[in-house]
Amino acid sequence: MNAEVRQMKTAAETELAEAFAAAKTHLPGLRELRESAFDLFDTKGLPNRRVEDWKYTDLRALMRDAKPLVEPVARLNGTSAAPAARVAEAGGLIGDVDCRRLVFVDGLFAPAFSDLTPEAGLYIGSLAAALADGDALVTRHVGQVFKTDDVAVALNTALMRDGAVIRVEPGAALKRPIHLVFAHSGARPASIFTRSLVTVGAGARAMIVESHDGAAEDQLSAGLDMIVGDGAHVDHVKLAAGAPGALHVSSLMASIGAKARFNHFSFIAGGQVLRNQLFLSFDGEDTVANIGGVSMLKGRQHADTTLVIAHRKRGCQSRELFKSVLDGESRGIFQGRIAVEAEAQKTDARMAAHALLLSDMAEVDLKPELEIFADDVQCGHGATAGALDDDLLFYLKARGIPAKEAEALMVKAFVGEAIETVEHAGLRESLLNAADLWLAQRR
Amino acid sequence: MSLLEISNLHARVEGKQILNGLNLTIEPGQVAAIMGPNGSGKSTLAYVLAGRPGYEVTEGDIRLDGESLLDLQPDERAARGVFLAFQYPMEIPGVATMTFLRTALNAQRKARGEPELTTPEFLKRVREAADHLEIKQEMLRRGVNVGFSGGEKKRNEILQMALLQPKLAVLDETDSGLDIDALKIVADGVNRLRSPERGMIVITHYQRLLDYIVPDVVHVLSKGRVVKSGDKNLALELEAKGYADYTGEAA
Repeated sequence: MNAEVRQMKTAAETELAEAFAAAKTHLPGLRELRESAFDLFDTKGLPNRRVEDWKYTDLRALMRDAKPLVEPVARLNGTSAAPAARVAEAGGLIGDVDCRRLVFVDGLFAPAFSDLTPEAGLYIGSLAAALADGDALVTRHVGQVFKTDDVAVALNTALMRDGAVIRVEPGAALKRPIHLVFAHSGARPASIFTRSLVTVGAGARAMIVESHDGAAEDQLSAGLDMIVGDGAHVDHVKLAAGAPGALHVSSLMASIGAKARFNHFSFIAGGQVLRNQLFLSFDGEDTVANIGGVSMLKGRQHADTTLVIAHRKRGCQSRELFKSVLDGESRGIFQGRIAVEAEAQKTDARMAAHALLLSDMAEVDLKPELEIFADDVQCGHGATAGALDDDLLFYLKARGIPAKEAEALMVKAFVGEAIETVEHAGLRESLLNAADLWLAQRR
Repeated sequence: MSLLEISNLHARVEGKQILNGLNLTIEPGQVAAIMGPNGSGKSTLAYVLAGRPGYEVTEGDIRLDGESLLDLQPDERAARGVFLAFQYPMEIPGVATMTFLRTALNAQRKARGEPELTTPEFLKRVREAADHLEIKQEMLRRGVNVGFSGGEKKRNEILQMALLQPKLAVLDETDSGLDIDALKIVADGVNRLRSPERGMIVITHYQRLLDYIVPDVVHVLSKGRVVKSGDKNLALELEAKGYADYTGEAA
C-alpha cells in the first residue's frame, strides 16, 4: 500500500494560505499562473529537510509564523523624515559608485526616490503596473525564464506584488549601473514579495545591482527573472549585507543567450536566515559566465547559497567561485549543481567552494554536484573547509601585527580572491569595503 | 644593563625537552653567532624568543632591557623590538607585500604610542631599503613572498628588518639556500643595520656566513645549552674540527 503521509499544516503554512485567499482577488494580473503556483505550495508545503534541495535550510522549521502581507496602502510619501532617511541610507554599501537608483519601499516602487532620467534604449517600469495592464513582455516571461518546481519560487510567483521591469534595447550600452534598492520604511513587521524582470537585448551592455535592506522581523521574498540576449554583456551584483530581515529568500532565474558574457556576484553578510537561489540556463552557444559570491556570517546567522547551472548548448564556459567566512555559531551552506545536457558538448565548467571557519562553533556544508550527459566536456569541482593557518598568523604576529588584525588581513585575502572576479572597478571596491566593514565589526 | 638576558632557559616542543638551562647575554651593539649541530636547539631558541605558539618555556626567563618577555604575545614582543628573520619565510597569497609592511610598521608604532607614518614617508623608507637589497618594486606589489625565489624571500626578511628597526634581531639560518651572490647581498643588508644600540643573534650551521657577517662573539650550542663561547676564531676552529668535541660523538 502506498499511503502518503501528509503532514499537518504549520502555522506559517496556514497563514500563507489565508493571505493568498484574501489577497488573490486584488493582486495584479497573471491569475492562472498565481493559482497554479499556489497549488504547488499547497501540495508540497514549505520546503523542509526532506526535500533534497532544501536539506540544510528547513524553512518549515525555521519559519514559526508568516508575517502579514505588507499593506498596499502603506506608501511612503516622502513627508515623514525617519523612513525617508532610512530609504536614503538603503543600499549604502554600494559606496560612491555612480548608479541609477530605483527604489522600492516595502516592496512597492517609489518613483519619488528613483532616478527616472530618460536614457536611450532603456525602459523602466513597475511590475505592478505592467501586471495590471497585462503587459505582453511581463506575461510572456515572468515565471517562464527558468522552469523550476521550487516551492519558494512558486510562493513568490503566487504572491508577487511589485518590482522592477527593466528592458534594455538591443545594442544599447547603459552608461551607469542600475541599482535596485529594496528598502524598508520601518513600519510593522511584514512579509514582502517582490518580483522583477530584466531583459537585455542582443549585443547590449548592462550592469544591475540589487540590494536588500529590511528590519529584524521582516520576511522578504525577492524574485528576479532575467533574460540576457545573444552577444549581450551583463553584470549582476546582489548585496544582502545591510539588515535584510529575519528571513530572506532571494531567487534569480536567468536565461543567457549565445556568445554572451554574464557575470554574477552575491555578497551576503546580513539577515538571520537567508537563502540565495541562483537558477541559470545557458540557452545559446559559446557563452562565458563568471558566477561568484562571498558570505560573511557571525552570531547565529544562517545563509544558504544554492546554485543550479544548466549548460544546455554547446561550447559555453562557466566559472563558479564561492567563499564563506563563518564566525560565532553561524552556519553556511553552499549547494552547487552543474548540469550538462547531452547537446552541450565542449562545455567547460569549473566550480569551487571554499569555507573558512573562524570559530569552533560555526558550521559549513558544501555540496558541489556535477551531472553530465554530454561526452566531450571539461568539468571540475572542488570544495574545502578549514581554519586560518596558525603558521601564517604567527608570521604576521611576529612582525607586530596583533592577532585580530592579522586574522583580518588573512580573511580579506581569502574573500578578496573571489571579489577580484568582479569586473567593475567601483563595485569591486565597494565589495572590498563591505568586507572591511564586517571585519571591523568583528573586532 | 644588558640588552638581552636569557637565564636558565628550559623549553619544550610537543612534549620534548629541547632547551636545558640555556644562559646567554647580548650587549647593545653586539653581534653574537650561535652555532651547533642539528638538533642542538638553535631554531627552538629563535622561536622561543619570538613567542611561537607550541614552544613552551618550563623554567628560566628571557629579559629584554630588563623586562621579561615570557608573558607577552608575539606582536607585543615585536613592538618592543624583537625581530625574527625566518629560516623559511612564509607565503601569504592575497596580502600585498606593501600592505603587509605598512600594517606591521604602523601596528608597532601604534603599540609604542608613536604616530603612523605618512604615505610619502613610508614609501620613501621602503624604496631606500628595497634599493639596497636589490628588491624590485614589482616584487613589492605581489602577495607576501608569493612566487619569490629562496634568495628573494631572505632579502624580503632583511627588508622587513630594515623597516622595522628592531632592538634585537634574530637571524635563523639566513644563509640556508643562498648562493654566494645572494649571500653577499643579504650580509651587506645585515651589516648596514649594525649599530651601537642594536643586538643581533646570527644562527648558522656553517662558518661561511660569518666571513660576511663578522661576529663579536661565538657561542656553541649543544643539547639545549651553551657549551662554549669564544671570539670569531671559534667558528673557524669548528669549521676545521666539526662539532664532535661538543656532542661527545663523531659528527
